[in-house]
Amino acid sequence: MRLERRDHRPLYLVVAAPIAAVIAALAIAGVLIALAGAPVFEAYWRILTGAFGTRLSATETLTRATPLMLTGLAAAVAFRARLWNIGAEGQFYLGAITVAALGSKLLAGLPAALLIPALLVAGAVAGMVLILVPLWLRLRFSVDEVVTSLLLNFVALLFVSMLIDGVLKDPLAFGWPQSMPVSDHALLPKLVARSRLHVGFIIAIAIAFAVYFLQSRTVFGLRSRAAGLNPAGAVFAGVPLGMTLVKVACLSGGLAGLAGAIEVMGVKGYVTTDLSPGFGYSGIIVAMLANLHPIGVIAAALFTATMFVGADGMSRALGIPTYIADVTVAVSLLTMLIALFFTQYRIRR
Amino acid sequence: MMALIDIVSSAGLWAAVLRIATPLIFGTLGALLCERAGVLNLGIEGIMTFGAMIGWLAVFHGADLWTGLLIAAFAGAVFGLLHALLTVTLGLSQHVTGLGITLFASSLSYFIFRLVVPLAGTPPTIVPFQPIDIPLLSGLPFLGPALFAQTAPTYLAIFLALAMGYLIFRTPLGLTIRMTGENPHAAEAQGIDPIRIRYGAIIAGSALMAVGGAFLTLSAFNSFFPTMVQGRGWISIALVVFASWQPGRALLGALLFAFFDAFQLRLQTVLGGVVPYQLFLMTPYLLSIAALAVTARRARVPQALMQPYRRGER
Repeated sequence: MRLERRDHRPLYLVVAAPIAAVIAALAIAGVLIALAGAPVFEAYWRILTGAFGTRLSATETLTRATPLMLTGLAAAVAFRARLWNIGAEGQFYLGAITVAALGSKLLAGLPAALLIPALLVAGAVAGMVLILVPLWLRLRFSVDEVVTSLLLNFVALLFVSMLIDGVLKDPLAFGWPQSMPVSDHALLPKLVARSRLHVGFIIAIAIAFAVYFLQSRTVFGLRSRAAGLNPAGAVFAGVPLGMTLVKVACLSGGLAGLAGAIEVMGVKGYVTTDLSPGFGYSGIIVAMLANLHPIGVIAAALFTATMFVGADGMSRALGIPTYIADVTVAVSLLTMLIALFFTQYRIRR
Repeated sequence: MMALIDIVSSAGLWAAVLRIATPLIFGTLGALLCERAGVLNLGIEGIMTFGAMIGWLAVFHGADLWTGLLIAAFAGAVFGLLHALLTVTLGLSQHVTGLGITLFASSLSYFIFRLVVPLAGTPPTIVPFQPIDIPLLSGLPFLGPALFAQTAPTYLAIFLALAMGYLIFRTPLGLTIRMTGENPHAAEAQGIDPIRIRYGAIIAGSALMAVGGAFLTLSAFNSFFPTMVQGRGWISIALVVFASWQPGRALLGALLFAFFDAFQLRLQTVLGGVVPYQLFLMTPYLLSIAALAVTARRARVPQALMQPYRRGER
């Protein structure tokens, strides 16, 4: 028995792969739920109703999907160029704290029409700055960016913790370490009244389509793809590899920073060190589940958000730890890798 | 200035250096073994977390401490087998697979821990490894309490670093592992099965990583809490580059790193009021990045690292 490369990828396999991967992941998580002594199908039903059963839970799921789409896109654009940006979590926090700093103090007097765009751009730029460090280390010292971008997540979180314990600390928070709130003009408008769902959701979807356009219709998209498929060949064909990677990095880090900015301006209004329950890391899974396709990211983010929001209700009802959502989502990354493999290879005896 | 001299000349600092270095030595040796055979194992952070959890859980349920370490090693080996299946047999991206295993192993650790130990005010504890006083040596002034009154796993880690140096550079098996990491096609021409070597290295290496994690709960602390590994896995990966893929230097690197870590902890007590403590906590991560920048270009990377090997395919 051996593995043989397929001559072409049949379309039905490419479509079926993510579905099969998710089903396999749910089955594996089902075994864990059963071992924990809970009814498996009821657990899944509770997750689904917990995520979409009421108006409140449905808007909550879409709210949760918003940062996941952006961090998912951040990972997808980078990975396609084989730039291993694992630092989206840190870039998210840097974007968030930048918005908190500017939106609560320096720019707080601006009217909303100026303040909101300015803060969104500032958050994105903060994310870019953070990812340019590992990229510079890679281009200048040939240091693998995986470890450096990862380690910077810890640095960024400690930096945020330092600021919200120091200069940006909210004096009205009863000593609790949280940043001063951004001005009311900086808050994103709500999409649905009496919910947390905000305009950021629409922005994220629009950006996914913009990234799709960028990747499929522009020279930059072509070059970033070539850089990922065959770097040596790309250089030979005249692609400016270093510059392309800088642009890819800026796009990736910018999206992650934007995710942090939007989370502050749309949901909380201030920054704490638990602003992100791992949005940066979940973004990697979202990107892989989407097979790095920007439109697929929308669906993958919705699936991931469904698991996370739904698991809360399921946990309360059945007593299964909410971490089952993290397990399911992480397993789906692994099953997706395997499913993608079989779109490229077949088993021959 | 006097404060700094006081810190460096205290036996407590040097005892802490060995203690802090121990999980890093295990982790670095594990990662080094995988990479010598040509496979990057970014599952390390999750595998260490799982080792910490399962080792603690075993002891909490009545196993003795050594059994706890063994169970952790076995669990690490299972994750290693999974990593080998995905990266060696299927030849999937080692970056993404490793991250996937990290996310899977750590979330599974938290899930199992929460299932067995529901939320409580104070986390339940075990009786951890106790320091062993080595007869005669531990009686030495200064050196005794610093170097010869550690727990058993610390001695094991130092022994393993030396043993792995011997294994890799002085034995036929070490040569086959190095060949597999440099050029698996040439290795196969010599009658070596690169696939089998890679499987073995990843499984053994992952077992070491898990033991490094278990040290945290079974010796350094006495309970498990989420995110307790705190990037030690990633720091280990950085230390492998720093060590230029040599076990002896890995030992030195881990000790050097632990020295800075122990030093900053004590410096905090002196400067704590003046400088925000977060700046001190950043130093281990910044040090790792600096170490990578300094050594990465000179380092002799195993040539086939991260390249999947398939028979008959180039």
